[in-house]
Amino acid sequence: MSESTGANTAKPSSSVKLVLLGEAAVGKSSLVLRFVNNDFQENKEPTIGAAFLTQKCSLPTRTIKFEIWDTAGQERFASLAPMYYRNAQAALVVYDVTKPSSLTKAKHWVAELQRQASPGIVIALVGNKLDLTNDANEAAGEAQPEEGHEPSPADGDEATEETQEEPDASNGDARKVPTREASAYAEEEGLLFFETSAKTGVNVVDVFTAIANAIPESSLKSGRGAGAGTGQTSLSGGRPAEDSRVNLGERGPATAKEGCAC
Amino acid sequence: MDSTANGPAQNATDAGTDTSESLPPSLPRQPNSCSDRESDPTPEERPPPLPPRPNTLRLLDEGGASLRTARPGAPTTLQSRATTAVSLTDIGCHDAGKENHVVREASETLRAKASLNHLTSSRGSETGDTASIRSSVPQGDLGDVENVFGDFVATDTGPIRKHSTGLLQFPEFRADDVEDDFASEFEPVGDVDEEGEHEEQVLERWKAKRKHYLILSAAGKPIWTRHGDGGLISTYIGVIQTIISFYEGSKDPLRSFSAGDTKFVIVTKGPLYLVAISRLLESDTQLKLQLEALYMQILSTLTLPSLTHLFSVRPSTDLKRPLQGSETLLSTLADSFTKGSPSTLLSALECLKIRKSHRQAINNTLLKTKVSSLLYGLVVAGGRLVNVVRPKKHSLHPGDLQLLFNMIFEAEAVKAGGGESWIPVCLPGFNSSGYLYMYVSFLDLRGEGNTADDTTTKEESVAIVLISANKESFFELQDMRNAFVEQMEKNGSIKIIKEAVDRGRPNTTDIVPGTVLHHFLYKSRANVQFTMSSYNHEFSTISRRRRLMSTYNNLHASIHAKHTHVKVHHCVSQSSSSFAWVTPMFELYCVAGANANRNALAQSASKIIEWVRQEEERLFIIGGAVF
Repeated sequence: MSESTGANTAKPSSSVKLVLLGEAAVGKSSLVLRFVNNDFQENKEPTIGAAFLTQKCSLPTRTIKFEIWDTAGQERFASLAPMYYRNAQAALVVYDVTKPSSLTKAKHWVAELQRQASPGIVIALVGNKLDLTNDANEAAGEAQPEEGHEPSPADGDEATEETQEEPDASNGDARKVPTREASAYAEEEGLLFFETSAKTGVNVVDVFTAIANAIPESSLKSGRGAGAGTGQTSLSGGRPAEDSRVNLGERGPATAKEGCAC
Repeated sequence: MDSTANGPAQNATDAGTDTSESLPPSLPRQPNSCSDRESDPTPEERPPPLPPRPNTLRLLDEGGASLRTARPGAPTTLQSRATTAVSLTDIGCHDAGKENHVVREASETLRAKASLNHLTSSRGSETGDTASIRSSVPQGDLGDVENVFGDFVATDTGPIRKHSTGLLQFPEFRADDVEDDFASEFEPVGDVDEEGEHEEQVLERWKAKRKHYLILSAAGKPIWTRHGDGGLISTYIGVIQTIISFYEGSKDPLRSFSAGDTKFVIVTKGPLYLVAISRLLESDTQLKLQLEALYMQILSTLTLPSLTHLFSVRPSTDLKRPLQGSETLLSTLADSFTKGSPSTLLSALECLKIRKSHRQAINNTLLKTKVSSLLYGLVVAGGRLVNVVRPKKHSLHPGDLQLLFNMIFEAEAVKAGGGESWIPVCLPGFNSSGYLYMYVSFLDLRGEGNTADDTTTKEESVAIVLISANKESFFELQDMRNAFVEQMEKNGSIKIIKEAVDRGRPNTTDIVPGTVLHHFLYKSRANVQFTMSSYNHEFSTISRRRRLMSTYNNLHASIHAKHTHVKVHHCVSQSSSSFAWVTPMFELYCVAGANANRNALAQSASKIIEWVRQEEERLFIIGGAVF
């Protein structure tokens, strides 16, 4: 997941401030770790506070530098969240496909973001831990970037028996949140939607690429976004960000999987 | 193991003997010039010669109280001490010898002087069958280390102490048969599956642990346990809660009790009961300190007001939820105690040894790049402090730093994130009522970029820690860090730190060629810092290290036992012979093989002291950068 900086130098580059939110232990840090280092750690210890990471994502026409706030999911840190999403241009709201309560929590975060964050914020709803479901194998090869895409339409209930005829159904399917339920919600709220596995890497880069593509041009023009505050001036140095010619405002298609060299 | 202790009325010049080895009754002493003499030794020995009194003794004249606060007021000779970066705190209760210090204070300066100047007698003790215990006070003093332990003066047997107060209450930690399974101490006990099938098995494994920590609420709700989960041990929690509240009810709180070789220590903190159960032969005081550190960790997560609030609103609050995610911090802290932590034992910090001018250069860089929102800035290499910058009016508390170092280096959470961290943390020693915000990033010492990857080991990782009271100051501190690291790269400081880290701690044989010593701990009391030799070879396995730490625990407890004023303590056991030497300036603990000659041991000890004195400004941070 190294990036070919040489090829990118000519392209305009913009910073995008992105925040990850979601219940504890859904895999926020693991998603970031997969995206930034292409790495995965089993039994990772809970994040304390928040971690700040950066990663570049190369689109055909420009380079997006993600400045990622990976927040801790525990409730006692919830009051700090506004500090991280206040000026964010994008948010990943993550839930665990094996834990229905985490989707409920995710909905709360979405509501809070819609109420409090910058109006133009791009929100992606991400169901993580796809590797624990029976969809894992078939999903491994292909991305499912489309909103409303339903990889396992039959999987309506938590009953493990009713999943598609998986060869190894005996393994059991830990999925508790049907794709349809989450994607319907995402569509309703105008969110990007993905199911991912940080463990296998399925769809992880796609999420970030889709977000990069979905960031409105206007918000890229202003660099860090209109409301950039909290002393970030230093970070914007050396970034030739201003000539954005490409229309990235289109939200939804997000098919540019190949665009990200990360 | 039988034991003896001095009553408070007896001072270190008392004579004694030991029964297991006989020394000539009186060895010739090197003549020393006597400048003054002010104490009267016991009648059966002649007055000892007094060497010239070094400057360091002036510190003594200030009285014991100043030592206790780690801010001795002797600015002329010890100009930097008053600005020592760390100080003890009452909240922390991290001074293992606190009770003893109180006694010491009461025991007047005169005695301290006397004990230093008249180190002529050996204070014996009754010896048990299994080991010989001997306390010897050698001649000489700080100003004349070469002569210290040059010869021993053994006097005739003094009167056997009538009031034995349990100086050595612990048998030896039998690491020999523990060797194999101590490592399993830290393995999880496993889960009981839904049908409860393995419960017995799991409980068996739980019971096999040598050390347990339990935290429960006064209402009897389990909050945290090192091993197992609340469900598994709920019955025990119930029993514990009943016992504790029984004594609470009768206004006679239960502090500790023993059952066979198992010790139970209880600390009550507001709505919380903290319980340690140990079969590792630790003293009440040591276990109490450990529990207090765990309590500090809880405060650090929640702050005192919010903890109080939670329980005042609802006494049956389940604290597990608010503490969610910080369990690993408690566990790693607990495990560091179980493994044996010199830092906790001595209530002191360890520093990375670098040249004074190099440290000064880093200090200056820190000060130059300092931003307005900075409260504390630290450079820490694998739990060893490299530099500290702080405001004039605030010092740092060892207990707080222990929590930070535990979080940064022991618990993987911060490091595994791979980026920069921004962590709200309450430092109870600094202020238990609110959060500070901590910026942490790791340096990559192997060149190539500035962030360490996860292959760097704990000892090798170097963290820049910048603390602010302003929760919005992340980017400001990030700027500072970048400027600071850039400057350090330019002036070669990074390389210096890397080299110092690579060098590691010295072996005892590097310091004293051919020494019998295997390991030592040296605590500079005024600086609240310690230094030690490498764990290499001899103590590389976890169980051997545990045995070493048990020996130190033992020594420390003996020499800090209440109502004793032991200055030197020699202890021989089946696996080691050990030696402790305590003065108002320092505490030295060292360990040699079982059959080490006592004189050789003592000579090496004085060489270590000499070495530390020479290297003092490299080993310890004296002053630190202040703004």
